[in-house]
Amino acid sequence: MSLPPQLRKISDTVWELPVTYKEGMRVPTRIIAPESLLCGMEAGVFDQAANVACLPGIINYSYCMPDGHWGYGFPIGGVAAFDPATGVISPGGIGFDINCGMRLCLTNLTEEEVRPRIRELVDQLFFAIPTGVGCTGFVSCSRGKFRRVIENGSRWCLESGYALPEDLELTEEGGCFEGADADTCSDKAVERGYDQIGTLGSGNHYCEIQVARPENVFDEATARAFGITIPNQVVIMFHCGSRGFGHQVATDYLQSFLKVMTTKYGIKLYDRELACAPFRSPEGQAYFAAMKCAANMGFANRQVILHRIREVFSQIFRRSPEDLGMRMVYDVAHNTAKLENHLIDGEQREVLVHRKGATRSLGPGMPGLPDCYRETGQPVIIGGSMETGSYLLAGMASAAPTFFTTAHGSGRTMSRHQAKKMVQGRKLLGDMEQRGIYVRTSSYGGLAEEAGLAYKDIDVVARATEEAGLSRRVVKLVPIGNIKG
Amino acid sequence: MPFRFNDEISTADVAFEAWGETQEELFISSAAALLRTMAEAPERVARLQMLTVLLEHEELDMLLFSFLQELIFYKDARRLLLHADRVQIEEREGIFRLEATLSGEQIDAGRHRLLVDVKAVTLHRFQVVFGDNRWKAVVVLDV
Repeated sequence: MSLPPQLRKISDTVWELPVTYKEGMRVPTRIIAPESLLCGMEAGVFDQAANVACLPGIINYSYCMPDGHWGYGFPIGGVAAFDPATGVISPGGIGFDINCGMRLCLTNLTEEEVRPRIRELVDQLFFAIPTGVGCTGFVSCSRGKFRRVIENGSRWCLESGYALPEDLELTEEGGCFEGADADTCSDKAVERGYDQIGTLGSGNHYCEIQVARPENVFDEATARAFGITIPNQVVIMFHCGSRGFGHQVATDYLQSFLKVMTTKYGIKLYDRELACAPFRSPEGQAYFAAMKCAANMGFANRQVILHRIREVFSQIFRRSPEDLGMRMVYDVAHNTAKLENHLIDGEQREVLVHRKGATRSLGPGMPGLPDCYRETGQPVIIGGSMETGSYLLAGMASAAPTFFTTAHGSGRTMSRHQAKKMVQGRKLLGDMEQRGIYVRTSSYGGLAEEAGLAYKDIDVVARATEEAGLSRRVVKLVPIGNIKG
Repeated sequence: MPFRFNDEISTADVAFEAWGETQEELFISSAAALLRTMAEAPERVARLQMLTVLLEHEELDMLLFSFLQELIFYKDARRLLLHADRVQIEEREGIFRLEATLSGEQIDAGRHRLLVDVKAVTLHRFQVVFGDNRWKAVVVLDV
């Protein structure tokens, strides 16, 4: 693909599009990627990142992370901070799956102990964690109770017996976005999501049993601090979000912002998916409060899934989750907007950071870190394809320019239909089993769409984040079992 | 086929183009494309339950947006996969009004050969146009 001629190399991992690239740009765009990944990005990435740069109140740069690809509104991997007083909030800068994110849980089991039980484990997980189109969860929840869930996130899970106190400490924002207001969410949104707590969904969402092999440990001391202490230690990683509830919140406010964006607030519309409202406007504040509800649903969803995972391991190994060392490493979102303090032009300022397919990556000693990670920096979880593995990384102080943000995944390079033309789901399942990865799926077609060949090389993406000073590699985790929606 | 998937518009999500000689046919084709995105065997979705949907909008394209969004809502809220059997659209005083009869059944993962859950209709490249004597829609679904 030919790159925009205006693109200027700032360093080996930073590329800049000046404000002259497109009329209306208020700040330049910066793509954080080595040349190899940059050249693979679709033209749409540059246009979408430039559209973001046109939004009122944007600060410094419109960024795109190394795993960036063409999305809608913001590119996937898009990051932008806005002045809360003069800037906007946009559902297109967060994504429909609000608080889609990653969670990683340890065990003290080794691959040698888990391999003989892998079929049993994956089969049980597949029954315990509903996957696929329109799936519903095991939590019996009325619409009224659901309103408490979305205002309290993981705190509701703790009250209800689905969480340990330390789980909340090891979750971004303690598993609850303060200021969530259920009254800002439509009945339709509640109706879509109230019975989906504890469900995975489909697409690229998964729950995976992984191994930390000694040869894949990049930083032993940090790995130890994160709880990876045994050779061939087994961990569980999963990826999912706020399900139908979050999707409906985003849809509702996308439509509501379209009605007021230009007529009431005079903001020029470059792309309807970038519909926005001034952050301090009634519409902007209502969306922010509703988005927080969806974020809390995302945390509660992942917390209940963790509860189910602990139950399954406990049943199969006939040991308690505590005895199995099933402690969380961390839970981090990659689709949110948050008010955060950052150093802007030498001054600490509160800014509204949008991250769409991008992970917060706090460096050592920063506020917001659990005490146990004060010296290491925040655990960053980057999910790869189900065939190639994933990464646990650590946040870096040098990520300040991107508002302490790094990549979130491999990023697709091939459409779903193309992948399905090239791969047969049943055959892929068999091939993966031959390679030591036992998979259960609710859809062979869906499985084929998620084949490893449809994604960028996760090793290249993880290395790129390290070279760019966004996050440093701690350990690569390889799959031995997987459930897919 | 009154719709086709278009890989060139979207890598990570699912894009389709749908056609119809009338606005009503276009809406029915678009609903069929949405159903086919979620189920590989839409013909196996039996017409066991019927429901009627009433919607209105000032813009025809946003009426289609709302219509598809309604089908996604029923997929989550009632676990229903739905065909659009009949669609009627009237324009009066600058408002497009839709009445649709939908029919389908509860999701059956095995029989319907499910593919991917649709989260939302996006407005990325979303359009409804009339040309060459037919209506055409371009839709990107977030999956």
